Amino acid sequence: MPSLGADMDAGTVVEWRVGPGDEVHRGDIVAVVDTDKADIEIESFDAGVVQRILVPVGVRVPVGAPLAELGGGMPVAVPPVPTTPVAAIGAPVAAAPEPAAALAEPPAAIAEPPTLVPAPDSATISPVLRRLATHLGVDLATVAGTGPGGRVTREDVESAAAAPATAVAAAPSTRSGEHTGMRSAIAALMSRSAREIPHYHVTTQIDVTTAMRWVERANLDRAVTDRILPIALILKATAVAARQAPELNGLWIDGGFHPAERVHLGIATSLRNGGLVAPALHDVDTKDGASVMRELRDLVGRARAGRLRSSEMADPTMTVTNLGEQGVDAVYGLIYPPQVALVGFGRIADRPWAANGMLGVRPVLTATLAADHRATDGMRGARFLGLIDHLLQEPDQL
Amino acid sequence: MTTLDLRTAVAGALHRVAPEADLDQVAPDADLREAFELDSMDFLTFIEELYSRTGIDVPERDYPLVTTLERCVSYLASRSGPAPTR
Repeated sequence: MPSLGADMDAGTVVEWRVGPGDEVHRGDIVAVVDTDKADIEIESFDAGVVQRILVPVGVRVPVGAPLAELGGGMPVAVPPVPTTPVAAIGAPVAAAPEPAAALAEPPAAIAEPPTLVPAPDSATISPVLRRLATHLGVDLATVAGTGPGGRVTREDVESAAAAPATAVAAAPSTRSGEHTGMRSAIAALMSRSAREIPHYHVTTQIDVTTAMRWVERANLDRAVTDRILPIALILKATAVAARQAPELNGLWIDGGFHPAERVHLGIATSLRNGGLVAPALHDVDTKDGASVMRELRDLVGRARAGRLRSSEMADPTMTVTNLGEQGVDAVYGLIYPPQVALVGFGRIADRPWAANGMLGVRPVLTATLAADHRATDGMRGARFLGLIDHLLQEPDQL
Repeated sequence: MTTLDLRTAVAGALHRVAPEADLDQVAPDADLREAFELDSMDFLTFIEELYSRTGIDVPERDYPLVTTLERCVSYLASRSGPAPTR
Protein backbone atom coordinates (compact mmCIF):
# COMPACT_ATOMS: atom_id res chain seq x y z
CA MET A 1 0.00 0.00 0.00
CA PRO A 2 1.79 3.10 -1.20
CA SER A 3 1.60 6.34 0.72
CA LEU A 4 -0.51 8.61 -1.44
CA GLY A 5 0.30 11.77 0.41
CA ALA A 6 1.32 12.68 3.93
CA ASP A 7 -2.25 12.56 5.12
CA MET A 8 -2.74 8.88 4.35
CA ASP A 9 -2.04 6.05 6.78
CA ALA A 10 -4.20 3.29 5.33
CA GLY A 11 -6.18 2.45 2.23
CA THR A 12 -8.80 -0.01 1.01
CA VAL A 13 -8.38 -1.95 -2.20
CA VAL A 14 -11.56 -1.42 -4.20
CA GLU A 15 -10.52 -3.06 -7.44
CA TRP A 16 -7.80 -5.28 -8.85
CA ARG A 17 -6.90 -4.66 -12.48
CA VAL A 18 -4.52 -7.59 -12.63
CA GLY A 19 -4.57 -11.16 -11.38
CA PRO A 20 -2.04 -13.94 -10.83
CA GLY A 21 -0.19 -14.78 -14.03
CA ASP A 22 -0.54 -11.29 -15.47
CA GLU A 23 2.62 -9.57 -16.57
CA VAL A 24 2.96 -6.01 -15.33
CA HIS A 25 5.35 -3.26 -16.25
CA ARG A 26 6.62 -0.48 -14.06
CA GLY A 27 3.95 2.23 -14.07
CA ASP A 28 1.07 -0.04 -15.15
CA ILE A 29 -2.10 0.51 -13.22
CA VAL A 30 -2.66 -2.62 -11.17
CA ALA A 31 -5.33 -1.69 -8.66
CA VAL A 32 -7.62 1.04 -7.42
CA VAL A 33 -7.36 2.09 -3.79
CA ASP A 34 -9.82 4.12 -1.77
CA THR A 35 -8.01 6.58 0.47
CA ASP A 36 -10.06 8.82 2.67
CA LYS A 37 -9.95 11.43 -0.04
CA ALA A 38 -10.48 9.69 -3.33
CA ASP A 39 -10.16 6.52 -5.37
CA ILE A 40 -6.62 6.39 -6.70
CA GLU A 41 -5.22 4.21 -9.48
CA ILE A 42 -2.17 2.40 -8.17
CA GLU A 43 0.80 2.09 -10.50
CA SER A 44 3.20 -0.80 -10.14
CA PHE A 45 6.60 0.07 -8.64
CA ASP A 46 8.14 -2.81 -10.46
CA ALA A 47 7.94 -5.13 -13.42
CA GLY A 48 7.24 -8.84 -13.27
CA VAL A 49 4.52 -11.43 -13.21
CA VAL A 50 1.85 -11.33 -10.55
CA GLN A 51 2.31 -14.38 -8.33
CA ARG A 52 -0.24 -13.71 -5.65
CA ILE A 53 -2.74 -11.06 -4.64
CA LEU A 54 -2.17 -10.47 -0.93
CA VAL A 55 -4.91 -7.96 -0.17
CA PRO A 56 -8.38 -8.77 -1.45
CA VAL A 57 -10.93 -6.22 -2.55
CA GLY A 58 -12.67 -4.54 0.35
CA VAL A 59 -9.84 -4.92 2.83
CA ARG A 60 -8.21 -1.92 4.44
CA VAL A 61 -4.49 -2.16 5.15
CA PRO A 62 -1.92 0.29 6.52
CA VAL A 63 0.56 2.11 4.32
CA GLY A 64 3.55 -0.12 3.67
CA ALA A 65 1.66 -3.40 3.62
CA PRO A 66 2.45 -5.45 0.49
CA LEU A 67 -0.53 -5.67 -1.88
CA ALA A 68 0.65 -8.38 -4.23
CA GLU A 69 3.68 -10.48 -4.99
CA LEU A 70 5.56 -10.03 -8.24
CA GLY A 71 8.02 -12.51 -9.67
CA GLY A 72 10.25 -12.83 -12.73
CA GLY A 73 9.69 -15.21 -15.63
CA MET A 74 7.09 -15.29 -18.31
CA PRO A 75 3.42 -15.85 -17.66
CA VAL A 76 2.20 -19.28 -18.64
CA ALA A 77 -0.85 -19.71 -20.85
CA VAL A 78 -2.01 -16.19 -20.20
CA PRO A 79 -2.91 -13.86 -23.03
CA PRO A 80 -0.71 -10.79 -23.40
CA VAL A 81 -1.50 -8.10 -20.86
CA PRO A 82 -2.88 -4.95 -22.39
CA THR A 83 -0.20 -2.31 -22.07
CA THR A 84 -2.40 0.73 -21.93
CA PRO A 85 -4.38 1.44 -18.78
CA VAL A 86 -7.39 2.34 -20.89
CA ALA A 87 -7.46 -1.06 -22.50
CA ALA A 88 -7.01 -2.72 -19.14
CA ILE A 89 -10.04 -1.09 -17.59
CA GLY A 90 -12.65 -3.07 -19.39
CA ALA A 91 -10.68 -6.27 -19.75
CA PRO A 92 -11.76 -9.05 -17.48
CA VAL A 93 -8.98 -10.64 -15.53
CA ALA A 94 -8.21 -13.75 -17.52
CA ALA A 95 -7.08 -17.18 -16.48
CA ALA A 96 -6.61 -16.45 -12.82
CA PRO A 97 -5.85 -19.63 -10.88
CA GLU A 98 -8.46 -20.65 -8.31
CA PRO A 99 -6.97 -19.16 -5.15
CA ALA A 100 -7.21 -15.69 -6.63
CA ALA A 101 -10.32 -16.13 -8.70
CA ALA A 102 -12.54 -14.91 -5.92
CA LEU A 103 -10.28 -11.95 -5.26
CA ALA A 104 -10.21 -10.61 -8.77
CA GLU A 105 -13.70 -9.21 -8.77
CA PRO A 106 -15.08 -8.06 -12.12
CA PRO A 107 -15.32 -4.26 -12.37
CA ALA A 108 -19.05 -4.48 -11.80
CA ALA A 109 -18.34 -5.13 -8.15
CA ILE A 110 -16.62 -1.79 -7.58
CA ALA A 111 -19.70 0.15 -6.77
CA GLU A 112 -20.73 -2.23 -4.07
CA PRO A 113 -19.78 -1.38 -0.53
CA PRO A 114 -16.89 -3.41 0.86
CA THR A 115 -19.18 -4.89 3.49
CA LEU A 116 -20.28 -7.38 0.85
CA VAL A 117 -16.77 -8.75 0.68
CA PRO A 118 -15.91 -10.40 3.97
CA ALA A 119 -12.37 -10.10 5.24
CA PRO A 120 -10.60 -13.40 4.94
CA ASP A 121 -10.02 -13.65 8.67
CA SER A 122 -13.52 -12.62 9.62
CA ALA A 123 -14.08 -16.08 11.06
CA THR A 124 -11.48 -15.34 13.69
CA ILE A 125 -13.28 -12.27 15.01
CA SER A 126 -15.08 -13.01 18.24
CA PRO A 127 -18.82 -12.45 18.58
CA VAL A 128 -18.07 -9.86 21.27
CA LEU A 129 -16.01 -7.83 18.82
CA ARG A 130 -18.66 -8.25 16.16
CA ARG A 131 -21.30 -6.83 18.48
CA LEU A 132 -18.97 -4.01 19.45
CA ALA A 133 -18.29 -3.25 15.81
CA THR A 134 -21.98 -3.24 14.97
CA HIS A 135 -22.68 -1.06 17.97
CA LEU A 136 -19.99 1.45 16.97
CA GLY A 137 -20.94 1.33 13.32
CA VAL A 138 -17.56 -0.05 12.26
CA ASP A 139 -17.28 -2.21 9.15
CA LEU A 140 -14.97 -5.05 10.15
CA ALA A 141 -13.96 -5.65 6.54
CA THR A 142 -12.22 -2.29 6.51
CA VAL A 143 -10.42 -2.64 9.83
CA ALA A 144 -6.74 -3.50 9.61
CA GLY A 145 -5.93 -6.02 12.31
CA THR A 146 -2.89 -5.39 14.50
CA GLY A 147 -3.24 -8.49 16.67
CA PRO A 148 -1.39 -11.78 16.21
CA GLY A 149 -1.58 -12.93 12.62
CA GLY A 150 -3.25 -9.71 11.59
CA ARG A 151 -6.23 -10.44 13.78
CA VAL A 152 -8.58 -7.59 14.53
CA THR A 153 -8.42 -6.55 18.20
CA ARG A 154 -10.76 -4.56 20.41
CA GLU A 155 -8.38 -1.59 20.11
CA ASP A 156 -8.55 -1.82 16.34
CA VAL A 157 -12.32 -1.64 16.38
CA GLU A 158 -12.35 1.20 18.87
CA SER A 159 -9.77 3.25 17.02
CA ALA A 160 -11.63 2.60 13.78
CA ALA A 161 -14.74 3.96 15.43
CA ALA A 162 -12.84 6.95 16.79
CA ALA A 163 -11.45 7.88 13.39
CA PRO A 164 -14.36 9.19 11.35
CA ALA A 165 -12.41 8.71 8.17
CA THR A 166 -12.17 4.98 8.74
CA ALA A 167 -15.85 4.55 9.28
CA VAL A 168 -16.51 6.61 6.20
CA ALA A 169 -14.26 4.44 4.08
CA ALA A 170 -16.75 1.67 4.66
CA ALA A 171 -19.34 3.51 2.63
CA PRO A 172 -17.51 5.06 -0.31
CA SER A 173 -20.61 5.07 -2.44
CA THR A 174 -22.37 7.81 -0.53
CA ARG A 175 -21.63 11.34 -1.54
CA SER A 176 -21.92 12.80 1.96
CA GLY A 177 -19.58 10.06 3.16
CA GLU A 178 -16.94 11.21 0.70
CA HIS A 179 -17.32 14.70 2.05
CA THR A 180 -16.68 13.62 5.61
CA GLY A 181 -13.69 11.47 4.73
CA MET A 182 -12.27 14.21 2.58
CA ARG A 183 -12.89 16.81 5.27
CA SER A 184 -11.16 14.84 7.99
CA ALA A 185 -8.22 14.04 5.71
CA ILE A 186 -7.80 17.74 4.95
CA ALA A 187 -8.26 18.56 8.63
CA ALA A 188 -5.52 16.14 9.67
CA LEU A 189 -3.06 17.33 7.06
CA MET A 190 -3.61 21.04 7.57
CA SER A 191 -3.49 20.68 11.36
CA ARG A 192 -0.15 18.98 10.97
CA SER A 193 1.00 21.77 8.66
CA ALA A 194 0.01 24.49 11.12
CA ARG A 195 1.42 22.56 14.07
CA GLU A 196 4.76 21.50 12.63
CA ILE A 197 5.74 24.00 9.99
CA PRO A 198 6.99 27.46 10.97
CA HIS A 199 5.55 29.32 7.99
CA TYR A 200 6.71 32.62 6.63
CA HIS A 201 4.95 34.45 3.83
CA VAL A 202 6.25 36.83 1.21
CA THR A 203 4.23 38.41 -1.53
CA THR A 204 4.76 40.42 -4.68
CA GLN A 205 2.74 42.04 -7.42
CA ILE A 206 3.59 41.08 -10.96
CA ASP A 207 2.77 43.11 -14.05
CA VAL A 208 1.51 40.47 -16.49
CA THR A 209 0.89 42.71 -19.51
CA THR A 210 3.50 40.93 -21.60
CA ALA A 211 2.43 37.48 -20.44
CA MET A 212 -1.24 38.14 -21.16
CA ARG A 213 -0.46 39.49 -24.59
CA TRP A 214 1.71 36.47 -25.29
CA VAL A 215 -1.12 34.10 -24.37
CA GLU A 216 -3.61 36.07 -26.43
CA ARG A 217 -1.35 36.03 -29.46
CA ALA A 218 -0.56 32.36 -29.07
CA ASN A 219 -4.26 31.51 -28.95
CA LEU A 220 -5.03 33.41 -32.15
CA ASP A 221 -3.44 30.70 -34.24
CA ARG A 222 -4.62 27.79 -32.15
CA ALA A 223 -7.57 25.51 -32.63
CA VAL A 224 -9.88 25.48 -29.68
CA THR A 225 -8.39 22.21 -28.48
CA ASP A 226 -4.90 23.71 -28.25
CA ARG A 227 -5.75 26.97 -26.57
CA ILE A 228 -3.91 27.84 -23.39
CA LEU A 229 -4.88 29.80 -20.31
CA PRO A 230 -2.57 32.22 -18.50
CA ILE A 231 -2.26 29.72 -15.65
CA ALA A 232 -0.25 27.39 -17.93
CA LEU A 233 2.36 30.08 -18.44
CA ILE A 234 2.30 30.98 -14.75
CA LEU A 235 2.85 27.33 -13.77
CA LYS A 236 5.71 27.06 -16.22
CA ALA A 237 7.35 30.18 -14.78
CA THR A 238 6.88 28.84 -11.25
CA ALA A 239 8.47 25.51 -12.17
CA VAL A 240 11.45 27.10 -13.88
CA ALA A 241 11.93 29.35 -10.85
CA ALA A 242 11.67 26.29 -8.59
CA ARG A 243 14.44 24.57 -10.49
CA GLN A 244 16.61 27.60 -9.86
CA ALA A 245 15.66 27.65 -6.17
CA PRO A 246 16.27 24.03 -5.16
CA GLU A 247 15.96 24.91 -1.45
CA LEU A 248 12.24 25.43 -1.99
CA ASN A 249 11.59 22.40 -4.17
CA GLY A 250 11.66 19.24 -2.09
CA LEU A 251 10.60 17.60 1.13
CA TRP A 252 11.34 18.10 4.83
CA ILE A 253 11.70 14.64 6.31
CA ASP A 254 13.10 13.58 9.68
CA GLY A 255 14.50 16.95 10.60
CA GLY A 256 16.24 17.62 7.32
CA PHE A 257 15.56 19.00 3.87
CA HIS A 258 15.75 16.69 0.90
CA PRO A 259 15.85 18.60 -2.38
CA ALA A 260 13.93 17.04 -5.25
CA GLU A 261 15.70 16.36 -8.51
CA ARG A 262 12.65 17.16 -10.60
CA VAL A 263 9.90 19.73 -10.38
CA HIS A 264 6.45 18.19 -9.85
CA LEU A 265 3.97 20.91 -9.07
CA GLY A 266 1.05 19.89 -6.87
CA ILE A 267 -2.04 21.54 -8.33
CA ALA A 268 -4.56 22.43 -5.64
CA THR A 269 -7.80 21.39 -7.30
CA SER A 270 -11.24 21.97 -5.87
CA LEU A 271 -13.71 19.21 -6.61
CA ARG A 272 -17.14 20.05 -7.89
CA ASN A 273 -18.91 18.37 -5.00
CA GLY A 274 -16.62 19.91 -2.40
CA GLY A 275 -13.20 18.96 -1.18
CA LEU A 276 -9.68 19.54 -2.37
CA VAL A 277 -6.87 17.47 -3.82
CA ALA A 278 -3.41 18.56 -4.95
CA PRO A 279 -2.08 15.99 -7.44
CA ALA A 280 1.24 16.45 -9.20
CA LEU A 281 1.78 17.86 -12.65
CA HIS A 282 5.06 16.21 -13.56
CA ASP A 283 8.26 17.92 -14.81
CA VAL A 284 6.52 21.22 -15.50
CA ASP A 285 9.86 23.01 -15.92
CA THR A 286 10.72 20.93 -18.98
CA LYS A 287 7.47 21.33 -20.89
CA ASP A 288 6.17 24.07 -23.17
CA GLY A 289 3.04 26.07 -22.41
CA ALA A 290 0.80 23.99 -24.67
CA SER A 291 1.91 20.72 -23.08
CA VAL A 292 1.50 22.14 -19.58
CA MET A 293 -1.99 23.24 -20.51
CA ARG A 294 -2.92 19.89 -22.02
CA GLU A 295 -1.63 17.95 -19.03
CA LEU A 296 -3.20 20.37 -16.58
CA ARG A 297 -6.61 19.90 -18.16
CA ASP A 298 -6.17 16.16 -18.16
CA LEU A 299 -5.07 16.18 -14.51
CA VAL A 300 -7.86 18.45 -13.29
CA GLY A 301 -10.40 16.47 -15.30
CA ARG A 302 -9.25 13.19 -13.79
CA ALA A 303 -9.06 14.71 -10.29
CA ARG A 304 -12.68 15.76 -10.59
CA ALA A 305 -13.68 12.40 -12.02
CA GLY A 306 -11.85 10.60 -9.19
CA ARG A 307 -9.33 8.96 -11.51
CA LEU A 308 -5.96 10.07 -10.21
CA ARG A 309 -2.87 7.87 -10.29
CA SER A 310 -0.71 6.93 -7.34
CA SER A 311 2.38 8.76 -8.59
CA GLU A 312 0.38 11.97 -8.94
CA MET A 313 -0.78 11.74 -5.34
CA ALA A 314 2.56 10.82 -3.90
CA ASP A 315 5.20 12.97 -5.47
CA PRO A 316 4.48 16.71 -5.69
CA THR A 317 7.60 18.65 -4.74
CA MET A 318 5.92 22.05 -4.32
CA THR A 319 2.26 23.06 -4.50
CA VAL A 320 0.52 25.82 -6.41
CA THR A 321 -2.88 27.17 -5.49
CA ASN A 322 -4.73 29.53 -7.75
CA LEU A 323 -7.76 31.19 -6.23
CA GLY A 324 -7.83 34.09 -8.64
CA GLU A 325 -10.94 32.78 -10.30
CA GLN A 326 -12.79 33.14 -7.04
CA GLY A 327 -12.02 36.82 -7.11
CA VAL A 328 -9.49 37.06 -4.30
CA ASP A 329 -6.41 39.20 -4.69
CA ALA A 330 -3.96 36.99 -2.84
CA VAL A 331 -3.68 33.57 -1.18
CA TYR A 332 -1.74 33.05 2.04
CA GLY A 333 -1.71 29.29 2.14
CA LEU A 334 -0.64 26.45 4.38
CA ILE A 335 2.10 24.20 3.08
CA TYR A 336 1.31 20.56 2.27
CA PRO A 337 3.66 18.58 4.50
CA PRO A 338 6.28 17.32 3.93
CA GLN A 339 6.76 19.92 1.19
CA VAL A 340 8.40 23.19 2.13
CA ALA A 341 6.73 25.69 -0.16
CA LEU A 342 3.33 26.61 -1.51
CA VAL A 343 2.80 29.33 -4.09
CA GLY A 344 -0.53 31.12 -4.17
CA PHE A 345 -1.86 33.18 -7.05
CA GLY A 346 -4.73 35.61 -6.83
CA ARG A 347 -6.71 37.07 -9.66
CA ILE A 348 -5.31 39.00 -12.56
CA ALA A 349 -6.89 42.43 -12.27
CA ASP A 350 -6.40 45.76 -13.99
CA ARG A 351 -4.69 48.10 -11.54
CA PRO A 352 -2.98 51.48 -11.55
CA TRP A 353 0.69 50.75 -12.11
CA ALA A 354 3.65 53.04 -12.07
CA ALA A 355 6.40 52.26 -14.57
CA ASN A 356 9.13 54.46 -16.01
CA GLY A 357 7.76 57.43 -14.08
CA MET A 358 4.35 57.05 -15.67
CA LEU A 359 1.10 55.89 -14.17
CA GLY A 360 -0.85 53.45 -16.31
CA VAL A 361 -3.37 50.65 -16.03
CA ARG A 362 -1.92 47.15 -16.23
CA PRO A 363 -3.13 43.60 -15.59
CA VAL A 364 -1.53 42.68 -12.29
CA LEU A 365 -1.15 39.32 -10.56
CA THR A 366 -0.38 38.90 -6.86
CA ALA A 367 1.91 35.98 -6.08
CA THR A 368 2.42 34.79 -2.53
CA LEU A 369 4.89 32.26 -1.25
CA ALA A 370 4.29 30.29 1.92
CA ALA A 371 7.57 28.67 2.87
CA ASP A 372 8.96 26.52 5.66
CA HIS A 373 11.34 28.61 7.77
CA ARG A 374 13.23 25.48 8.79
CA ALA A 375 14.29 25.00 5.17
CA THR A 376 14.72 28.57 3.93
CA ASP A 377 14.73 32.20 5.02
CA GLY A 378 12.68 35.08 3.72
CA MET A 379 15.50 36.28 1.52
CA ARG A 380 15.43 33.09 -0.53
CA GLY A 381 11.66 33.20 -0.74
CA ALA A 382 11.73 36.80 -1.91
CA ARG A 383 14.25 35.95 -4.61
CA PHE A 384 12.08 33.08 -5.77
CA LEU A 385 9.07 35.35 -6.29
CA GLY A 386 11.32 37.86 -8.03
CA LEU A 387 12.38 35.09 -10.36
CA ILE A 388 8.79 34.21 -11.26
CA ASP A 389 8.18 37.90 -12.00
CA HIS A 390 11.28 38.07 -14.17
CA LEU A 391 10.34 34.92 -16.10
CA LEU A 392 6.83 36.17 -16.79
CA GLN A 393 8.26 39.30 -18.38
CA GLU A 394 9.90 37.14 -21.06
CA PRO A 395 7.35 34.50 -21.98
CA ASP A 396 9.18 33.69 -25.20
CA GLN A 397 12.07 32.35 -23.15
CA LEU A 398 9.86 29.97 -21.20
CA MET B 1 -29.00 24.34 -37.27
CA THR B 2 -32.21 25.57 -35.70
CA THR B 3 -32.36 27.57 -32.51
CA LEU B 4 -33.56 24.46 -30.78
CA ASP B 5 -30.59 22.46 -32.09
CA LEU B 6 -28.25 25.13 -30.85
CA ARG B 7 -29.89 25.24 -27.45
CA THR B 8 -29.53 21.46 -27.23
CA ALA B 9 -25.86 21.80 -28.19
CA VAL B 10 -25.28 24.41 -25.49
CA ALA B 11 -27.04 22.27 -22.90
CA GLY B 12 -25.00 19.24 -23.93
CA ALA B 13 -21.73 21.16 -23.81
CA LEU B 14 -22.60 22.54 -20.41
CA HIS B 15 -23.53 19.13 -19.14
CA ARG B 16 -20.02 17.91 -19.92
CA VAL B 17 -18.38 20.46 -17.64
CA ALA B 18 -21.06 20.67 -14.97
CA PRO B 19 -23.00 17.40 -14.94
CA GLU B 20 -25.42 18.75 -12.36
CA ALA B 21 -26.22 21.81 -14.48
CA ASP B 22 -29.86 22.27 -15.35
CA LEU B 23 -30.41 24.99 -17.90
CA ASP B 24 -34.10 25.19 -17.07
CA GLN B 25 -33.15 26.43 -13.63
CA VAL B 26 -31.35 29.54 -14.83
CA ALA B 27 -32.57 32.72 -16.43
CA PRO B 28 -31.65 33.05 -20.14
CA ASP B 29 -29.58 36.12 -19.29
CA ALA B 30 -27.77 34.64 -16.30
CA ASP B 31 -24.00 34.35 -16.53
CA LEU B 32 -23.34 30.64 -17.03
CA ARG B 33 -19.96 30.85 -15.33
CA GLU B 34 -21.52 32.24 -12.18
CA ALA B 35 -24.64 30.11 -12.27
CA PHE B 36 -22.68 26.86 -12.59
CA GLU B 37 -19.42 27.92 -10.93
CA LEU B 38 -17.32 27.36 -14.02
CA ASP B 39 -13.66 28.26 -13.78
CA SER B 40 -11.66 29.27 -16.83
CA MET B 41 -10.69 25.68 -17.50
CA ASP B 42 -14.31 24.56 -17.36
CA PHE B 43 -15.19 27.41 -19.67
CA LEU B 44 -12.50 26.37 -22.14
CA THR B 45 -13.89 22.85 -22.10
CA PHE B 46 -17.35 24.32 -22.69
CA ILE B 47 -16.04 26.18 -25.76
CA GLU B 48 -14.38 23.01 -26.97
CA GLU B 49 -17.59 21.04 -26.52
CA LEU B 50 -19.51 23.69 -28.44
CA TYR B 51 -17.03 23.26 -31.25
CA SER B 52 -17.40 19.50 -31.35
CA ARG B 53 -21.19 19.79 -31.36
CA THR B 54 -21.67 22.67 -33.80
CA GLY B 55 -18.38 22.95 -35.69
CA ILE B 56 -18.22 26.58 -34.57
CA ASP B 57 -14.89 27.61 -33.08
CA VAL B 58 -15.51 30.55 -30.74
CA PRO B 59 -12.32 32.63 -30.72
CA GLU B 60 -11.09 33.97 -27.39
CA ARG B 61 -12.09 37.54 -28.19
CA ASP B 62 -15.70 36.39 -28.58
CA TYR B 63 -15.90 34.67 -25.19
CA PRO B 64 -17.85 37.62 -23.73
CA LEU B 65 -20.51 36.96 -26.38
CA VAL B 66 -21.29 33.45 -25.20
CA THR B 67 -21.53 33.86 -21.45
CA THR B 68 -25.31 33.55 -21.15
CA LEU B 69 -27.63 30.99 -22.69
CA GLU B 70 -29.47 33.63 -24.68
CA ARG B 71 -26.36 35.29 -26.04
CA CYS B 72 -24.64 32.00 -26.66
CA VAL B 73 -27.48 30.66 -28.79
CA SER B 74 -27.81 33.85 -30.82
CA TYR B 75 -24.04 34.05 -31.27
CA LEU B 76 -23.91 30.48 -32.55
CA ALA B 77 -26.90 31.18 -34.81
CA SER B 78 -25.14 34.19 -36.30
CA ARG B 79 -22.05 32.07 -36.93
CA SER B 80 -23.85 29.06 -38.34
CA GLY B 81 -24.98 30.93 -41.44
CA PRO B 82 -28.42 32.18 -42.46
CA ALA B 83 -31.27 30.53 -40.65
CA PRO B 84 -33.12 27.95 -42.75
CA THR B 85 -36.17 29.50 -44.36
CA ARG B 86 -39.04 27.60 -42.82
